[in-house]
Amino acid sequence: MALLEVDDLSVTFARRGQRTVRAVDGVSFSVDAGEVVGLVGESGCGKSVTSMAIMGLLPRQPGTRIGGKAVFDGTDLLGLDDRARRDIRGRDVAMIFQDPLSSLNPVIPIGLQVTEVLARHRGMKGDAARKEAAGLLDRVGIPDPNRRLKEYPHQLSGGMRQRALIAMAVACRPRLLIADEPTTALDVTIQAQILELLKELVHDSGTALVMITHDLGVVAGMCDSINVLYAGRVVETARRRPLFREPRHPYTAGLLGSVPRLDSGRGEPLNPIPGSVRDVLSWSEGCAFAPRCSRRVDACLDETPPLVRTHDGRSYRCVDPVPLPGAIPAQAGPADQPGASSPDPNEEKTRD
Amino acid sequence: MFRFIVRRLLQLIPTLFGLSLLLFIWVRRLPGGPEDAILGERATPEMRAAIRRSMGLDEPILVQYGRFVQRLLRLDLGTSSSTKRPVVEEFLERFPGTVELTITALVIAIGIGIPLGYLAARRRGRLLDHLSVGGSLVGICVPIFFLAYVLKAIFSENLGWFPSSGRQDPTIDATRITNFFVLDGLMTREWDAVADALWHLVLPGIALASIPLAIIVRITRASVLEVLNEDFVRTAEAKGLTERTVRGRHVLRNSLLPVVTSIGLLTGGLLSGAVLTETVFAFTGIGAFIYEAIGQRDYPVLLGFIMIISVVYVLVNLLVDLSYSLIDPRVRVR
Repeated sequence: MALLEVDDLSVTFARRGQRTVRAVDGVSFSVDAGEVVGLVGESGCGKSVTSMAIMGLLPRQPGTRIGGKAVFDGTDLLGLDDRARRDIRGRDVAMIFQDPLSSLNPVIPIGLQVTEVLARHRGMKGDAARKEAAGLLDRVGIPDPNRRLKEYPHQLSGGMRQRALIAMAVACRPRLLIADEPTTALDVTIQAQILELLKELVHDSGTALVMITHDLGVVAGMCDSINVLYAGRVVETARRRPLFREPRHPYTAGLLGSVPRLDSGRGEPLNPIPGSVRDVLSWSEGCAFAPRCSRRVDACLDETPPLVRTHDGRSYRCVDPVPLPGAIPAQAGPADQPGASSPDPNEEKTRD
Repeated sequence: MFRFIVRRLLQLIPTLFGLSLLLFIWVRRLPGGPEDAILGERATPEMRAAIRRSMGLDEPILVQYGRFVQRLLRLDLGTSSSTKRPVVEEFLERFPGTVELTITALVIAIGIGIPLGYLAARRRGRLLDHLSVGGSLVGICVPIFFLAYVLKAIFSENLGWFPSSGRQDPTIDATRITNFFVLDGLMTREWDAVADALWHLVLPGIALASIPLAIIVRITRASVLEVLNEDFVRTAEAKGLTERTVRGRHVLRNSLLPVVTSIGLLTGGLLSGAVLTETVFAFTGIGAFIYEAIGQRDYPVLLGFIMIISVVYVLVNLLVDLSYSLIDPRVRVR
């Protein structure tokens, strides 16, 4: 059984006088114990909102609606009351954020920011808590931890700050760690170190990790399985290797194709996906990616593309997926018969 | 830290010289002179000239200024032309009253303003928020003397709850040591005098607190709203801390930074701005005395009082800066 099972999660923001925004639109994915799962997509695809909804961190405002389920170890996190949620947060499920400087309280020493988690969830106080905090800083690779405990966030470098945030997140040995673009604000060399640290921590402790990123390089180096998000929905799910080798959804293929390659010829143009995330259709009108898609056919605009699950555990949401290399092209054009034209006979479709 | 304080105090010297020069020219430019106040309208020109000569006002203005500075360096502020008493003495007699009044107003403004601003932010868009934002607008707009008269009419003349004027009931035989009536009472253990002095401070304190209270409510509210959206508050929430810890340790403390700055600025304004309140409540402080000194063209009192107030103002803001560095470790005083 999966450690975290997110099922049909949706988040809408309604503001008076403005159009209701559906930031997350029926996202489903699962995370097994000890697994590293990527949520990948461009800015605005709903990946951060998804993680905030799971953590119960979305601002409680009248217009915010959260639907669906996020079952963690048998409990639906979305159905918990405030107190129960606070008990789980930081102890069983922890989170690391994007900008380490603004995510740390500027007027409180690092030490207290670590020990307050220990005090809250593990009842540790005084010297014991301080000792444990120093041990945690040491474990995340901060040299001279006893001195650092007394320092303030502005006295640390960017990489150190992110390490300190990680120390706070792993302080109670959570079973699930959600990292929301943890390396975006850092230098490239530091990025690699932080990723290495995360990899090591989850490997040693058996913690499951949800890695939220727009960076395919991060995904390639870390994740066991990957969910590609577009306009608030998962458009493709696969294990890492098949996804990189044979992307099925045109959006995934586009993302992979737009990564600049060092070995490409001089002067060769980059291959960005045309248009921008703003050019979306609502999923109820058809495929949200259709306006930017190079493989668009008429069927794309008829209805929401159903989720196609293949026998090898992959799934994608596309009526005319990128063919597998070596696959025999279907006799009938997929555009004509969107329901019955998959190149793979083992594929089954689910309506949702 | 020590060097910071010394440097700030040294900076005070050129400030004071510039200020004294401006003031000196300004008071001399006021139409008329002390001789009018002393002699009245029917004095002959000869009599006026004699008085002016006796006060040294017939000499060139720069010479007069030089003499003033010379005395200033010996910490001598001269003698009042209207009361004939040393300016320093007059000041020490009146300033404690103003300080007591200012502290009362600050205690009221901070004690109510910060909690109210905080609650308004937490209940943003609800009744309490609208009431406190609207109320603070009224607080800023209502003229102090009007509020002072209304308070006096209702709570003193009609209801008789509070005394209407002065700093102490004349029937109380209190010992004077520092002229801080509350402090004197505490030092001599004359508890009835302490209670009575505090009682006299309530109405003028409220009147004087109205504007700073309104400002503190607004600044606190805005600041809390901003901090609530900060990433580190989200981090604190993600750690699963209790709501109390998140609010007290992470939200409130960061919200107070701009409030502390504004309190420093407000204090200066209160020290010199109590004129109207002191006048309405016949409260013996420097405000009413400065007001009279302008009418009397009492040059030494005007110059001396304003100079001392500015020194106090600078010292208060120095204190604020120092306390700021205590709250916010990013501010290092050097």
